Amino acid sequence: MDAEKKETYYEIRPKLTFSLNLNELIEYKELFYFFTWRDVKVKYKQAALGFLWAILQPLVMMVIFTFFIGKTMNMPSDEMEYPVFAFSGLILWTLFSSGLTNAGNSMVSNAQIIKKIYFPRLVIPISSILVSVFDFLIAFFVMIVLLVFFQQPVDFFRAIVYWPMGLVIAIIATFGPGCLLAALNVKYRDFRYVIPFLVQALLFLTPVIYPISIVSGNWLKYLLAVNPMYAAITLFRMPMMNAAPDALLIWISLCSGAVFFIIGLIYFRQTEGYFADLA
Amino acid sequence: MKPILEIQSVSKKFKIHHEGMPYLSLRNRLSELVQFQASRKSKEEFWALNDISFSVMPGESIGIIGKNGAGKSTLLKILSKITPPTSGKIIGRGRIASLLEVGTGFHPELTGRENVYLNGSILGMRKREIDSKFDEIVDFAGTEKFLDTPLKHYSSGMQLRLAFAVAAFLEPEILVIDEVLAVGDAEFQKKCLGKMEDVSNSGRTILFVSHAMSAIESLCKRSILLTGGKISLMGSSSDVIEHYMNLVYDGSSGHVGSILLHQDKPANLLRKIEIFCDGKISTTAYMGCRLEIRVHFKSKNLLDSPVLGVIIKDSQNVPMLGINNKHYVSNLASQPIREGYISMTIPHLTLFEGIYHVDIHFGNAFKDIEVLRDCFQITIEPMKFTPSGEMPDKRINRLFIKDVVWMLNNTN
Repeated sequence: MDAEKKETYYEIRPKLTFSLNLNELIEYKELFYFFTWRDVKVKYKQAALGFLWAILQPLVMMVIFTFFIGKTMNMPSDEMEYPVFAFSGLILWTLFSSGLTNAGNSMVSNAQIIKKIYFPRLVIPISSILVSVFDFLIAFFVMIVLLVFFQQPVDFFRAIVYWPMGLVIAIIATFGPGCLLAALNVKYRDFRYVIPFLVQALLFLTPVIYPISIVSGNWLKYLLAVNPMYAAITLFRMPMMNAAPDALLIWISLCSGAVFFIIGLIYFRQTEGYFADLA
Repeated sequence: MKPILEIQSVSKKFKIHHEGMPYLSLRNRLSELVQFQASRKSKEEFWALNDISFSVMPGESIGIIGKNGAGKSTLLKILSKITPPTSGKIIGRGRIASLLEVGTGFHPELTGRENVYLNGSILGMRKREIDSKFDEIVDFAGTEKFLDTPLKHYSSGMQLRLAFAVAAFLEPEILVIDEVLAVGDAEFQKKCLGKMEDVSNSGRTILFVSHAMSAIESLCKRSILLTGGKISLMGSSSDVIEHYMNLVYDGSSGHVGSILLHQDKPANLLRKIEIFCDGKISTTAYMGCRLEIRVHFKSKNLLDSPVLGVIIKDSQNVPMLGINNKHYVSNLASQPIREGYISMTIPHLTLFEGIYHVDIHFGNAFKDIEVLRDCFQITIEPMKFTPSGEMPDKRINRLFIKDVVWMLNNTN
């Protein structure tokens, strides 16, 4: 018995150097599940429409954009039916915007727990992003229905590769800024006002309701591609598109996502020790 | 054997912002940059802990006592990794769990069952562990019937019981507890204390912060007294508690044994309370001594028949004695009185050794005019009163009777 028992040894020191401490995150893997599960339950528990809310928001947005932008402005849509084009962009966008908002506010809204108990703090913003992923998966099935309804041709093999790829990139793109905002929000409560504004502004800077091909001027295209969600949405639409996207734009967007990911992660890790003192 | 916890010159510094804001705002930070050093003055450094060192052996229970703001909670927060120390380090050799609050993470919208899982998981239990202990937890809390009711419909007592039940089934090697006993009714507190004794007896290490000296004394052999972020005394719990009680008295107004009441408020009736033990002014008495309590008063109106009531309670707030002069004499005053004192004398104090709190009720024949709860403490020292020199167990005695007659009758 005693031989089996692993010798526990740890040191608590002032936090000076950066460490990812992935082992600890793995040790607490069940907590991701419980926090996500809590937020999903609480979100839908008293809502009469329940999970329909996950579908309703992108669906209504799609109808509005289809009517006003697709029909009246004759917006091109990369050879897709405009509703499919808009909806596929919108569900990924909703993942990003709600994930960013929830993650950004997560440390402050869980302040009571943070002040009283230790666990790797990253669990909190990650779980709040996972709640948005859960909503996305529900909305994704609606997208499949729409694809059938509009008889949109879909390349099956591309779908297997690009749909998960788009999702993973979107999660990474949400994680970086999400963690950054979460940490900043603890220190400077100003960010609680910045987040909704940021999300709203970014919607128009992301090719969700318009294709990037309508943007004239190369430098403007490259600037828009700095948005990490550009790659996620473009790759996610690949199975429904015939044309190949501009690889350079995708790479710019991927690199920007990676940079944000690293900045967000490092800043969060560097400041998390003091969350309990400030929250 | 190596210590399970080694605390090596740990210090913690806080910066106090005098704008009265608990957090920073970006605007302040920006304006600080512009104003160069001008606003630096508004920040003040504060050492919540200053060079704390001690070690804890496996299976040991240590009490941490001190006045509010002495750094007790900060120390526990550092031990439980919630906040890092500014300098120094801690070496740990066992799984640690901290209970700075019961019911951390409880969510009112979730059911009792769901909250048990959520709370258990936040406290560091594995899902499998919770599964296997679930029935015991619910049984301990006594909330079986409401398992699938949202927590918001629970009474606060039920919430507390459920929260403590989850915490009670934690099985870490080191348990850090902060003032958990400060909540709940007497019965609940007793249950908590009993559970903690079980934990301690099962060979686990406990670090325990509390203001309930009796709880510390019964649970911890060794205690640490923190004063202003430093360890001012470390030793056996009874010594440390005694020292602490003296310290508390130095901080209060007046001499030991004499308590001045708000004399600046003319509306107040009571002026001063004096405690005498065998004629000497002191709040430290001993078993069997002659205890006198004098309550000085000054009234605007004439009082027909002043009445003094005294309630003496033990350290767990259980009343031991509650008497007033009407029980003994119908009227103390031969004529109406404006100023003076009433004295109550117990010729032979029959309270057992320990710490007692006293409530003072003062009024006329019909009602209380002024009530002072817990207005002072009396420490009663042990006194060998039996010829054999052996003392009864102080954990189960609150009273002692000197002349007990024992007899063995042989009926054979």
